Amino acid sequence: MASDQVKLIGAWASPFVMRPRIALNLKSVPYEFLQETFGSKSELLLKSNPVHKKIPVLLHADKPVCESNIIVEYIDETWSSSGPSILPSHPYDRAMARFWAAYIDEKWFVSLRSIQTAEGEEEKKAVLAQVDEGTAILEKAFIDCSKGKPFFNGDHIGYLDIAFGCFLGWLRVTELAAGHKLLDETKTPSLSKWADRFCDDPAVKPVMPDTAKLAEFAQKIFAKPQP
Amino acid sequence: MNQEEQIKLLGLWGSPFSKRVEMVLKLKGIPYEYIEEDVYGNKSPMLLKYNPIHKKIPVLIHGGRSIAESLLIVEYIEDTWKTSYPILPQDPYERSIARFWAKYVDQKVMLASWKACWGPEDEREKLVEEAYERLTCLENELGDKQFFGGETIGFVDIAADFIAYWLGIAQEASGVTIMTAEKFPKLQRWSENFVGNNVIKEVLPPKQKLVALFKAQFGNVTSS
Repeated sequence: MASDQVKLIGAWASPFVMRPRIALNLKSVPYEFLQETFGSKSELLLKSNPVHKKIPVLLHADKPVCESNIIVEYIDETWSSSGPSILPSHPYDRAMARFWAAYIDEKWFVSLRSIQTAEGEEEKKAVLAQVDEGTAILEKAFIDCSKGKPFFNGDHIGYLDIAFGCFLGWLRVTELAAGHKLLDETKTPSLSKWADRFCDDPAVKPVMPDTAKLAEFAQKIFAKPQP
Repeated sequence: MNQEEQIKLLGLWGSPFSKRVEMVLKLKGIPYEYIEEDVYGNKSPMLLKYNPIHKKIPVLIHGGRSIAESLLIVEYIEDTWKTSYPILPQDPYERSIARFWAKYVDQKVMLASWKACWGPEDEREKLVEEAYERLTCLENELGDKQFFGGETIGFVDIAADFIAYWLGIAQEASGVTIMTAEKFPKLQRWSENFVGNNVIKEVLPPKQKLVALFKAQFGNVTSS
């Protein structure tokens, strides 16, 4: 069963798609990457994820698994004897990893994304302050979860590293566009160092998009229409 | 932390989120100390200490450490007490399906159906339409199964407790009809099975008390 064909429907720029890609790399699972064209949804995507019609979708022996963090857990459970564990082993640590991953998606990333739509300097400043607040909370979470080790998950990257680290590309693009550092040595010393280690990880490097390429893509998709 | 340490649960008598945790604890036969939290009044120092990020119930305290967010608490209980009354299937694919639908109920169905009951009059039609769409998705997923979990109550059934019990009460309190036996016969049948379960029925809050609470908290002063 574990050796059946694996396909992943996704897009190079999507942080959510990066999550299962990193997980599959950690488990050394080969897969076929089916790139969606920006602006349209393939028949396969619509058929495989009729409820949300969103990427990523993992197809394992043609059976679809949807929702990025759910896919990561699925990968960890299916290829449990291959590579390192992605979820921590202790139930409490697992709960904490899932808690922070949910916080990142539902609070932190939502405020990061709203920087794009903020109108005027005042609103932008307010949203940036909100993101900063969230990042400070995550700095503390890192210290609590890592317990002195290099990653949220301990000695090697895991579920929470992946859940947060996938946003680093977009975080850097936002920093450039807003002229405001969100992660740096003074504000978030632990996370700053963690970010470099994360991006250097062999499971991450091949799938982390180049910041300049992402910035160019962001320009294209967020370009305001001409009046 | 091990199974022997006493569990404390900070909860709210009327909350479907709080009840999710109680249902699982009772199904698994795990003893716990229940502490009622006055969320509409003052948040207790205990709540603020154990859930500083969201300041919401339910919060589970076990061995001095706390876990927040009802479905995460349910997974924690499942991870710690694996053998008694499993809530999640063993197979990784089945587990991913259960997690997907629990998340769908939590993030899409509950809010849509709640908004349809209490949203502004001029948006009523649109909100009800959205609720119908979401409930139809759920109806199709349930199919002819007794429970979402199959023959026994599982993760998705627990996540959907609001649909089985609170939604009918919200409909009565608000006067808005969304889920009926005609439109959603499978969900209706499932609701009856769910609230009829011997363990579940002991946990559910009293109906009239909930109707009164909903009318007082969410109803319009001018509604008939």
